[in-house]
Amino acid sequence: MAALLGRSCRRFGFLSSGHGARSVSTETGKSLNLYSAINQALHIALDSDPRSYVFGEDVGFGGVFRCTTGLAERFGKNRVFNTPLCEQGIVGFGIGLAAMGNRAIVEIQFADYIYPAFDQIVNEAAKFRYRSGNQFNCGGLTIRAPYGAVGHGGHYHSQSPEAFFCHVPGIKVVIPRSPREAKGLLLSSIRDPNPVVFFEPKWLYRQAVEEVPEHDYMIPLSEAEVIREGNDITLVGWGAQLTIMEQACLDAEKEGISCELIDLKTLLPWDKETVEASVKKTGRLLISHEAPITGGFGAEISATILERCFLKLEAPVSRVCGLDTPFPLVFEPFYMPTKNKILDAIKSTVNY
Amino acid sequence: MATAFAPTKLTATLPLHGSQENRLLPPIRLAPHSSFLGSTRSLTLPSSRRLNHAHASRRSPPVVAVQEVVKEKKSTNSLLITKEEGLVLYEDMILGRSFEDMCAQMYYRGKMFGFVHLYNGQEAVSTGFIKLLTKSDSVVSTYRDHVHALSKGVSARAVMSELFGKVTGCCRGQGGSMHMFSKEHNMLGGFAFIGEGIPVATGAAFSSKYRREVLKQNCEDVTVAFFGDGTCNNGQFYECLNMAALYKLPIIFVVENNLWAIGMSHLRATSDPEIWKKGPAFGMPGVHVDGMDVLKVREVAKEAVTRARRGEGPTLVECETYRFRGHSLADPDELRDAAEKAKYAARDPIVALKKYLIENKLAKEAELKSIEKKIDELVEEAVEFADASPQPGRSQLLENVFADPKGFGIGPDGRYRCEDPKFTEGTAQV
Repeated sequence: MAALLGRSCRRFGFLSSGHGARSVSTETGKSLNLYSAINQALHIALDSDPRSYVFGEDVGFGGVFRCTTGLAERFGKNRVFNTPLCEQGIVGFGIGLAAMGNRAIVEIQFADYIYPAFDQIVNEAAKFRYRSGNQFNCGGLTIRAPYGAVGHGGHYHSQSPEAFFCHVPGIKVVIPRSPREAKGLLLSSIRDPNPVVFFEPKWLYRQAVEEVPEHDYMIPLSEAEVIREGNDITLVGWGAQLTIMEQACLDAEKEGISCELIDLKTLLPWDKETVEASVKKTGRLLISHEAPITGGFGAEISATILERCFLKLEAPVSRVCGLDTPFPLVFEPFYMPTKNKILDAIKSTVNY
Repeated sequence: MATAFAPTKLTATLPLHGSQENRLLPPIRLAPHSSFLGSTRSLTLPSSRRLNHAHASRRSPPVVAVQEVVKEKKSTNSLLITKEEGLVLYEDMILGRSFEDMCAQMYYRGKMFGFVHLYNGQEAVSTGFIKLLTKSDSVVSTYRDHVHALSKGVSARAVMSELFGKVTGCCRGQGGSMHMFSKEHNMLGGFAFIGEGIPVATGAAFSSKYRREVLKQNCEDVTVAFFGDGTCNNGQFYECLNMAALYKLPIIFVVENNLWAIGMSHLRATSDPEIWKKGPAFGMPGVHVDGMDVLKVREVAKEAVTRARRGEGPTLVECETYRFRGHSLADPDELRDAAEKAKYAARDPIVALKKYLIENKLAKEAELKSIEKKIDELVEEAVEFADASPQPGRSQLLENVFADPKGFGIGPDGRYRCEDPKFTEGTAQV
């Protein structure tokens, strides 16, 4: 049972954004965890725009993950309020608010619950600007949802639905990997003139602690970041999975394999150029995500890179992902793309 | 008819904290003389013209249905239950309570994990309804489903093993706390997602109606769908009320209104908090009952189940109840007013039934104590059994995704794919 409870490989050394060569990463700030960073971002967003609103289930008292603490007290219950339990209604309501020029920051309690709202997101939010001929748009809509495995979540508290949304032209999908990134990316998402689905890795809400600058800053969307430079193989990932990949990179380094690690950050539209340049340098690509492998976003990356870098590839593109089963309860350690699985894949790709 | 359970008067003393600050939303208004909670209502469906009028008087005399039932029983002291029934009810509620308390202990000791939602305080609803059902009747529940499964007949061992994630659990350890299924007992599952079970229950009810009316089988099975107050704001609920009334399905929708959806008060989330009223809007009777009183619940349930068995269609029953613990074992339960908790704690259904049985000389203290002891032993034994059971084999991970395991879980060499030593690679060959 201890093996099931201990995702110990994730407990230490999560991947901070200090790795990247970005100006914001050299600033110091307060040491915050992920939910506090997101909380700060929300405070700033509501402060800077009087017509922004935060709503969702249980956000009033701070939310089940404490991301919205203090907002209701500071900005009032007219701007930060609880909704009844109806995801479809909540997101549709958000679309309406956004269409009238407001910023609606919707919280879906778990990404697993986003499916009733899928219709509204795909059929309404994504197509609003398009079908009204730019008369209306719901760019002010940002949907935040905690996603991903958490060790004990089971079928309905651990899913990673990003692939479904990456298939929808008209919305953006953003996934941060750490507190500092999350704050910047969330503020960018909120202020982006397109509807954004923002997935937060729930595993990192308390686990990830990092120095986060206290001022208002934004990290641009659709720009991937090379977190770690290397020459032998390119690894691409997002969210909490990067922590695992970083550990696999460290282990691979001991065996003489130099790995380049890229954080995609924005999945839709994704930064093809950065990944392409990296693969042209290394000649090998490995993609890893928690979602099931078939039809996962790794497939899109693989297909695109194959088109662009076919002659430079030394080995087939490798995908180390969750298995094609519903997210299991007791079998989570076997299901997940663990460090060992990634390490094995790195080695077999390099030795192809 | 004097019973130990007079309808309680729980009025607007319920905390409405948000009413001042919530300027955008209108303040909650309860009818001035209403005892919003704690009254039983008549189930006899009035003509459609009267459907839209709420009954004006809440303090109506004892329900007609109850008196008819009592007449059937022909007991001289006009009690609601016999001794045997009383003991069955008592045992079931004690089982529910002890089991849940043991779950909490096991959780804090690390034997079970994940999200566990306990049913303490709501036992009267489960016992009141499910003890009237036969084995072939179906029950659909929510994530708070341990006690529904137990009442339906799933053994405590199977439920406890499932919670521990062992292969002897009712779902072979794959579902966990929120997904208790049992084909044998027709427990169509706990559902982690609110409202998802209601359409499933509606379909199951259609199936029994079809078997009876089209296939002419002797099928009187009903389906009972349990769900909470938060679910009543969800679209699926209304869609199913409509379908059930339209097709006149043998289904009973039971709302376990415990006033809280994690941290959201029902009164602040619902435009009209009286859920039973939504039944007549769709063409079925809506009944409100005191869910802390197992005998009242049972009387209402009896009528609703009989209606469904006679082919008269669905019923919506709103049970006012309360959960004594937090939403889940991870919930610190800070938001609920201590006075509210105390008020409901004083109406503990088990204590009330015990008092009724003893005062009406249906059972002696010693008999009840021996039941409690028996249940304690049963639950302890269930824990031991669960502890001793093996964990599922790794190959079970890939089973049951599709009907045909060879389509996925078994490799071309005939062995399960995960027994393949290359399993750890986890690359695209699965």
